[in-house]
Amino acid sequence: MKKISILQVAYKSLLRKKTRSALTVLGIAMAAWVLVSLFGFNRGYESSLNKDIDNLGFQMLVVAKGCPYEAATLMLKGGTGLKYMSESIAASVAAEPEVDAVTPMLMQVVFDPNKGESGGLAAFLGVDPATYPRLKSALPFQAGGWFREPEAAEAVFGYEVAELEQREVGDLYLIPEKEVEVKVVGILQRTGTQDDGTIFLPLGTVQKVFGVSELTSIGIKVRKDADMKAFEDKMYKLPDVQVVSLTQVKTTIMTLVSTARVMVFSIAVIAILIAMMGVVNTVLMSVMERRQEIGILKSMGAMAGDVFKLVWLETIILCGAGGLVGTGLALITARLTDLLVRRLLPYSPSGGLVSIDAGLVAVTLGVVTAIGLASGVYPSWKAARMRPLDTIRSEEES
Amino acid sequence: MSAPVPYVLEAEDLRRVYRRGPEEIAAVDGVTLRIAKGAFVSIVGPSGSGKTTLINVLGCLDNPTSGRLALEGRTVFEKCRGLSESKLTRVRREVFGYIFQKFYLVPTLTVRENVVLPFTFYEKPGAGADVDRLLAQLGLDKRAEHLPGQLSGGEMQRVAIARALVNRPSILLADEPTGNLDTARSDEIGRILGDLNAREGLTVLLVTHNPKLAALAHRTIELVDGRIRAA
Repeated sequence: MKKISILQVAYKSLLRKKTRSALTVLGIAMAAWVLVSLFGFNRGYESSLNKDIDNLGFQMLVVAKGCPYEAATLMLKGGTGLKYMSESIAASVAAEPEVDAVTPMLMQVVFDPNKGESGGLAAFLGVDPATYPRLKSALPFQAGGWFREPEAAEAVFGYEVAELEQREVGDLYLIPEKEVEVKVVGILQRTGTQDDGTIFLPLGTVQKVFGVSELTSIGIKVRKDADMKAFEDKMYKLPDVQVVSLTQVKTTIMTLVSTARVMVFSIAVIAILIAMMGVVNTVLMSVMERRQEIGILKSMGAMAGDVFKLVWLETIILCGAGGLVGTGLALITARLTDLLVRRLLPYSPSGGLVSIDAGLVAVTLGVVTAIGLASGVYPSWKAARMRPLDTIRSEEES
Repeated sequence: MSAPVPYVLEAEDLRRVYRRGPEEIAAVDGVTLRIAKGAFVSIVGPSGSGKTTLINVLGCLDNPTSGRLALEGRTVFEKCRGLSESKLTRVRREVFGYIFQKFYLVPTLTVRENVVLPFTFYEKPGAGADVDRLLAQLGLDKRAEHLPGQLSGGEMQRVAIARALVNRPSILLADEPTGNLDTARSDEIGRILGDLNAREGLTVLLVTHNPKLAALAHRTIELVDGRIRAA
């Protein structure tokens, strides 16, 4: 004879008030959704940020004195209006024993009246053909390659610039305001970084065309065996320049993100507490409505432990279902969350911002099940303590 | 010398006293009775006479205040030592099947699932083999996959009877089993209880206000103010 398991009884008990059970599941699902998205964002953002920073090719940047946020912006987004520093600084930094390589850079921005409908800014980054390509070896080319001569009239276009200007390798490009023509020798693949919107020229060409003999920044690659902290301290002592280490950039950005994360985490905790109260309320209400039925179960042989288990299982089913729905929602809406966060944050790394994997899903389901276990204790205990005499016969006293 | 009568239930000077402030109310006041195996006994009496309290105590839903109660020759209560709820449950599931005025079926379980529900918690050896026979005997075989909401009142009470009997109890306690039914359905339940007693030898202890139903019993106990008037 096929018996009915206690799990089936628990599940079918929840079906009698479908709307109430569904709303409770939804409450848990919302909390799980927030949890998965939050932790997914935390992982995704950090991993994409690390990737972006690794792709920069150097671990330290020296810029003329200014605000550190501007410096970080220059590194990650490009920037304008920055101060200049002497080219001799590059030579003195390169002489340090911890330094593997340095690459001097000069950024210039001009107004291009032909860009877009009402014109726009065109960013030119002068780089040293001898060092920059080696440090930025991760930069992928769609066509062509780097220029080789320090003062060649050649350019490498970022992906978006090439698309916007409709240029291919071998085409000519006229630098706005300067009336100087350069030949496109390479086009980069899309990187999702500021490189996509940059036109790379040899450093000497930029200095000559724009009439600037100085630099805006120097990228430094430190030797693997070097004491990074000691070297950073040494660099901080350089006069009139500001040193931004990538660790520092990462820390600054992650601090900003952490602040937001604490706020969102607080909201998630509140959502979980509200969901827990919802579960306790639903299950307790269900227990009180079924007092007589619980009495009958006890009269037919259910021990207090059986009743406790039955009600506890109901709670776990509610929370488990909520966890699954919430995790599913988080997976489905990950792309949407990514787009939303990108609109809200001043800086977002180029990779996926929300990273949800099996481990995170398992942890969330574990947390939600633990919530179910905790929420179910009181209603289950209350049900287990009911005496059949007090329940079945309460309305049948003669 | 004749063999001793096999009593399934023996009560001696049972009392159940409630306290209401300083006042003591004896709802069951010195009841002594013996019920033989296979008997069909009805308990009648006016409202407030203590029928419910008596059946609670006899059916191990409650502890008596004093006296002695033996089931199937085994003393389960003596002097003033009450049993814990878990011990009462163990006695109940071994000895009794219960039906009440209300049917208390789980609305989201089918007839068959409601009937086998006791097995989820406790199953007497071999009891599972009887389910199909029981459903057929109570005319429920064609309704086995229906939900309680699709049944008539009489059918629901038959499901409750099947559920009470599925673990092969020694005694069926029926407390106003026809209180929610019309005359035709009441007669039908009466016939079923009579058949179970006559054909299966099931001991039936019935509390009722319905004189027609009480008349089906072999023996009627009238309770007045917690005491037996005539047995």
